[in-house]
Amino acid sequence: MLQSSIKDYLHESQLFLGRVVVSGTLVILVLVALVGRLFYLQVENHDHFTTLSQDNRVKLEPLPPTRGLIYDRHGTILAQNLPAYSLEIIPEKSTDLDDTIQQLSEIIAISEDDISRFHRLRKQRRRFDSIPIRVRLKDEEVARIAVNRHRFPGVDVKAALLRDYPQHMKTTHLLGYVGRINEQELQVIDTSNYSGTSFIGKNGVEKSYESLLHGKVGLQQVEVNAKGRVLRVLENQPPRPGENLRLFLDMELQSTALEALGEYNGAVAAIDIQTGGILTLVSKPGYDPNLFVEGISTKAYEALENSLDNPLFNRAIRGQYPPGSTVKPFIGLAGLEYDVVGYHQETYCPGYYQLPGKEHKYRDWKKWGHGKVDLERAIVESCDVYYYELARTLGIDRLYEFLSGFGFGQPTRVDLDGELSGLMPSRHWKQQKRREPWYPGETLIVGIGQGYFLATPLQLASATATLANLGHRIRPRVVAAIEQTDGTLRESPMIIDDLQPINPDHWIQIIDAMSLVVEGTRGTARSIRSNEYRIAGKTGTAQVFSVKQDEEYDEELISKRKRDHALFIAFAPVENPRIAIAVIVENGGHGGSVAAPIARKVMDRYLSGASRTVVSDAG
Amino acid sequence: MRAKAHLTFHESQPAQASGLLAWLHIDLPLLTGLVLLSGVGLLILYSAGDREMVLLQKQLFRLGFGFVAMFALAQIHPANIRRWSPLLYSVGIVMLLSVILFGESGKGAQRWLDLGFLRFQPSEMFKLTLPMLIAWYLADHRLPPNPTRLIMAGLFTLVPVLLIAKQPDLGTALLVGTGGAFALFLAGISWRMITSIGLVMAALGPVAWYFMHEYQRQRVLTFLNPESDPLGTGYHIIQSKIAIGSGGISGKGWLNGTQSHLEFLPERHTDFIFAVISEEFGLVGILALLSLYLFIILRGLYIATQAQDTFGRILAGSLSLIFFVYLFVNAGMVTGLLPVVGVPLPLISYGGTSLVTILASFGMLMSIHTHKKLLPT
Repeated sequence: MLQSSIKDYLHESQLFLGRVVVSGTLVILVLVALVGRLFYLQVENHDHFTTLSQDNRVKLEPLPPTRGLIYDRHGTILAQNLPAYSLEIIPEKSTDLDDTIQQLSEIIAISEDDISRFHRLRKQRRRFDSIPIRVRLKDEEVARIAVNRHRFPGVDVKAALLRDYPQHMKTTHLLGYVGRINEQELQVIDTSNYSGTSFIGKNGVEKSYESLLHGKVGLQQVEVNAKGRVLRVLENQPPRPGENLRLFLDMELQSTALEALGEYNGAVAAIDIQTGGILTLVSKPGYDPNLFVEGISTKAYEALENSLDNPLFNRAIRGQYPPGSTVKPFIGLAGLEYDVVGYHQETYCPGYYQLPGKEHKYRDWKKWGHGKVDLERAIVESCDVYYYELARTLGIDRLYEFLSGFGFGQPTRVDLDGELSGLMPSRHWKQQKRREPWYPGETLIVGIGQGYFLATPLQLASATATLANLGHRIRPRVVAAIEQTDGTLRESPMIIDDLQPINPDHWIQIIDAMSLVVEGTRGTARSIRSNEYRIAGKTGTAQVFSVKQDEEYDEELISKRKRDHALFIAFAPVENPRIAIAVIVENGGHGGSVAAPIARKVMDRYLSGASRTVVSDAG
Repeated sequence: MRAKAHLTFHESQPAQASGLLAWLHIDLPLLTGLVLLSGVGLLILYSAGDREMVLLQKQLFRLGFGFVAMFALAQIHPANIRRWSPLLYSVGIVMLLSVILFGESGKGAQRWLDLGFLRFQPSEMFKLTLPMLIAWYLADHRLPPNPTRLIMAGLFTLVPVLLIAKQPDLGTALLVGTGGAFALFLAGISWRMITSIGLVMAALGPVAWYFMHEYQRQRVLTFLNPESDPLGTGYHIIQSKIAIGSGGISGKGWLNGTQSHLEFLPERHTDFIFAVISEEFGLVGILALLSLYLFIILRGLYIATQAQDTFGRILAGSLSLIFFVYLFVNAGMVTGLLPVVGVPLPLISYGGTSLVTILASFGMLMSIHTHKKLLPT
């Protein structure tokens, strides 16, 4: 084997040595390159990688503030936060959403409604928001999920404070509700302040006082591991909770008003005359706002939306009704203040009115007429012909000027979202909107609160309060005081925009006439006369269905939904006015028999506390 | 373990030490380097494994086993190693084939052979037996080898490399292949030949791509652009670079690496342990570690130059260079210089077979260095 004879050991040894030297040099060069790389990473880019390492490890977690509570004037809770468990899914983290939901439904009950709500919320949420598939889980359900949690990526049980409205239907329209933040709201809100919040006020007080109720988000710096588990808290900046709101609302009064409305739909607005505070703001029917907090199911929502009773509609501030005869005291006052009539100056009412040279007969509600009427009787008995005449004398421009002063045709600027302004027609308005001149006949119709004339229940209550206050006009408001974080109360400002009466006696005369509406033997609201205190009021009827010339309005023949709306405005006590109220009963018929007793019950409740004086319900 | 205790006892008596070490066929500089490195490894592993004592015990047991193997091999005369080379190589090929036929899967690839009492990767053996075989094959004849012998040596290399690549285990195939290549290089093949082989290899790149498994291709793609898939395959490299970079010059301190302890760094006690060292001990610590490695490699190359025959030279040189390739491929991968290939950091990464192979190779180096006399054949 050994061929030593032909081998040159020295040559081989030198060749090998050369190769080892080359190898060793290469080794060193490569290691130098490696060190160069390490230098690049560890020295030159150290700061960059330190930042990345910190970003890995330290997460900023928002600490959502607790939403402020809402109380009524007596401290009754209207909106609170209750702890609740919900099962939530982050769609981005789930591999197969439908399969996940299917499997979850084998563990706990998930209804069709839950699923459709889930998909609806999914469309409107922010990215990486978790969406509830089930809300208000029972303890047992929480436990069952916990056992199976590892099977479902992106699925978690969340314990959160859920908004709760213990008064349910009673406060729906006034308070509004909170719901999950949607895409449009995301464009408007300060996203950093809402980083930990899923809910936002959607309407009512919840919306208009959103920024106060929400509070300020806190931040927590935490150390997390690669799985996102929080290991420790590095820094903690606690959230500032939302401020509590105390409303002027009297929950008992609110209940009374709702109860008094009985089977009818309608609205009641009552205002504390001294402060402009809203004591009652009812829009019936309502709905349970709690449904919206959880995210209402499509089916339930459609039922609400398609209901003929229109429960989603806030009649109190968005319902625009012809005010009917309830405007007569204001127009009468205009007549006195502009000095076109005297309080006892008489006009003859034959039961109809004709414009000079025109065939058309403007009818009085009393077919055979009131005979000789002065302003007082025209208010007490609600004579239409008197007002046709008065309106014509005043003209639409003066009517517009005077009634606008009481806030007709303008939003009351109450601290609630979504208020409508009603409509106080004028020449200018008609030219703008209808591209037509103003016709004299239209002035007559305005004189009895019909035609284009529209007002919201809150506007009527506010105008009544202004009248009772002899022109001292206070903007209506819902929130009385804000309970600040440190516990001190900050009262909401009283905004005053007084009218300047030309002669206060005129106002007293009108108020006298209004008290005769209740106290006079021929008053249209004489059925609600109280022995405890004096009421000044005015009934009204708003036509829903127009009766043709020469036709008679027959309640019996007209279907319920086409029946007239019954209206009533009032304030009491006459000597020292404290409460002003406007009641609208949809399809209620006559103001005096249906709307007035409701107002009476509310005023009773407010003025005599537990006064249980039996009201003679005359119809 | 007992061998180590035994050793320390003797080291405490320096007067007799050199004689005794020679008698035990131990190279003290190499042993010192290896023990230091293993010690450092255990220290790092304690941190990387989140103070898991079970992990440490297992590693300690493997190290003990490896050092025993090293001492055992050091006792065998190089001539005997040389004599057994062809047989060991053949047995290895048979085992590789049986792995492909009956092997057990671990992590999606067939690498393991279960002999009932022992589960091991036959591919690992070739890191030793291939250089042995080539050294044996070339040593008897004039160097540099003639073309026929070169082609034969090339085939000896290619067969196990392809079999291992088929398992598939690209990392080991790469190491085994470079082992063969180093043996040929040290045998003195001409530079022109080296250049030609290099060009052929480069040309074969696209062909290799065609035969690659999907995950292997993914690794190469990820290497080229780790940010393309930050949560998938690129995650390893990104997190590893963050760990290294955030370590800075002096490091975050032992047990204080956030990337590793908060589990952002994957495979932190195995293939990516280099990043843990870089994060906790910084550039300074890594330089110290690399110096230790360099010392061991240079000592190995020195032993190769001192070897008394061609077989010893080629084998000692190849084994030292394979050890270096281990280090470079691992560190290159972890620092983002090379694609992610499953190669452990020698003597530090947690894991069995490679640790034993490496220590065994140093056993052979010691044998070559300490048996000076040529045996008559």
